Amino acid sequence: MKPALFLAGILLCAIAPWIIPNSQVLLTIALSKGLAVLGVIVLLQAGQVSFGHALFYAIAAYGTAFLGKYFGGGELFLAMAIGTISAALAGLLVGLFVVRYRHIFFGMLNLSVSMIFFSILEKFYFITGGSDGLRVERPSVLGIAMERGPFEVVLFYVALVCAVLAMILIHRFLSSPLGNHLRAIKSNEVRLEYLGVSPRLVLLKGYIVSAALCGLGGSLMAVTLGVVTPEYAWWVRSGEFVFIAILGGSGSVGGAFVGALVYEGVRTYASAFAADVWQLILGGVLLVVILFAPKGLIGFIKQRKASNLRPRSSKSAAGEALSK
Amino acid sequence: MNAQILALALFDGLSYAALVFMVAVGLTLIFGVLRVLNVAHGSFFAMGAYTTASVGSAIFAAGFAPWLAFPLMAVSAILIGVLVGGTVEKLLLSRIYEMEDVLQILVTFAVFMMLEDVQRLIWGVQPLFESTAVNLLGTIEVFGIVYTKYQLLFLPAVAASVLILLRLGLRHTLTGHLILAVTEDREAAISIGIDAQKVYLVTFIVGASLAAFGGALASATTSVIPGMGADMIVLSFAVVATAGFGQIEGAAIAAVLIGLGRSFAVYFYPELEVLMPYLIMFVVLLIRPNGLFAPVEARKI
Repeated sequence: MKPALFLAGILLCAIAPWIIPNSQVLLTIALSKGLAVLGVIVLLQAGQVSFGHALFYAIAAYGTAFLGKYFGGGELFLAMAIGTISAALAGLLVGLFVVRYRHIFFGMLNLSVSMIFFSILEKFYFITGGSDGLRVERPSVLGIAMERGPFEVVLFYVALVCAVLAMILIHRFLSSPLGNHLRAIKSNEVRLEYLGVSPRLVLLKGYIVSAALCGLGGSLMAVTLGVVTPEYAWWVRSGEFVFIAILGGSGSVGGAFVGALVYEGVRTYASAFAADVWQLILGGVLLVVILFAPKGLIGFIKQRKASNLRPRSSKSAAGEALSK
Repeated sequence: MNAQILALALFDGLSYAALVFMVAVGLTLIFGVLRVLNVAHGSFFAMGAYTTASVGSAIFAAGFAPWLAFPLMAVSAILIGVLVGGTVEKLLLSRIYEMEDVLQILVTFAVFMMLEDVQRLIWGVQPLFESTAVNLLGTIEVFGIVYTKYQLLFLPAVAASVLILLRLGLRHTLTGHLILAVTEDREAAISIGIDAQKVYLVTFIVGASLAAFGGALASATTSVIPGMGADMIVLSFAVVATAGFGQIEGAAIAAVLIGLGRSFAVYFYPELEVLMPYLIMFVVLLIRPNGLFAPVEARKI
């Protein structure tokens, strides 16, 4: 993405709460989800789709809740750090097993681990509060205890900064040698082995990065909503992440946030004006995107811009095919 | 631990396995032929259950004979399979066979989301319960345990006949041979003139009908509630992955394994109930990375 467009997007997002009334919490939620989706996108580069990444999202969210519960309120940045680190550690543990698998088995194993965690959360209610979940105490920010209103403003900008940093870092990560190795897993794993690179190790590193991103998103989400439930780890939540990744466009880091904003926007307004059919509308949107713009909203915008600037020559089409 | 509880767990497990098998076998059949993991499969299960329960309540209230409950199950299953399954395949799936796996799964995920709302629009959110079929068959006493004949005898019998019929159908009929040919090698099958599109459609309708039939059978034993499709689909994923994708007989064994695992957990360690299927799948995949019955694949360079 062009830096100018990137900056404009961030600026627009930063002033959006003043333009659109009551959109601040919605935007914070979208940004938190976008972080998790970015994690899923990292793995999609390797051609692997996880139907269980809500696991890391939930681990971080519960970690945040426990911190508040047992250590008196807690501190926002500490909560985020603990959430991210615990998710990354869990990513290391789960990753050690699942990186041996590819495609559907990779997806299914992830699914099974997250569902195991889901049922643990639900059944061991004396620790986790069962299906009612836990309340998340409002943490202080750098030692300052805040009222609800200002806290939400702070939270929004913290989420925005996190999102921007994550986009820049992941963009650089994906263009690093490791990022290229990750993409090589998708195109031809055996060649990667012949280069003397261990695909499993590459995938494991990517997996930990993606788990950490989901963790950061989960921590922010827990603090924003003020409650954590086992639903955070449910498979439909993981499916939602993959959904948003494809909706936004899995080829670029911006896609995660564009997708998340559109998704949350459609979801909120559809559930306000057409409560019974919001899933119907969202499903329809996804079908239209997949059938008519398989590269997601970002890819669609780029394509439109390209075709506006110059007539599509066969050369650019060939270039596109090559870069795919 | 006494014999009665053991027997109870065994019966529960078997009748549950029969239901799970109906859904899983459709899923594995579709995957074997179309190479698409169909998330919307859970919706077919739920819709089969809803159709049977709602139509059943209506016709029995109108005074029709109770034995109609059984043909009703088959009719609603085929209806859902052809109308909903056929439409989904024809309108959507037929366009996406060339796409990446991820996109294919997401298309079915989108269909699943949409069908969840469709169910809510048609049948509302109130639980439906219609157990004429169970009452009609009465109960049986085995080892001092009173159990419904429907769950102990009828469900496993139906599942077993479905398994046998599928096997015979695939090995000894023309359609079956066509399906097997496409499963084995899609390009070779097309090149000798097999209409793969048609095979896909037929397979999908059969698979969807089986899931709906599973739902229809389940509707007699439990309340039909929103969300039952979502629970069932992940469970049958576990069964199919445990068995190895595309393995029909394997799915039966995996269904029994997981059904028994779950019911024994219910009696001996209830906290593990939901966890059990995934635990079994996890352990199996750790030891046999492609599932219990998957053939060994050669490494391609």
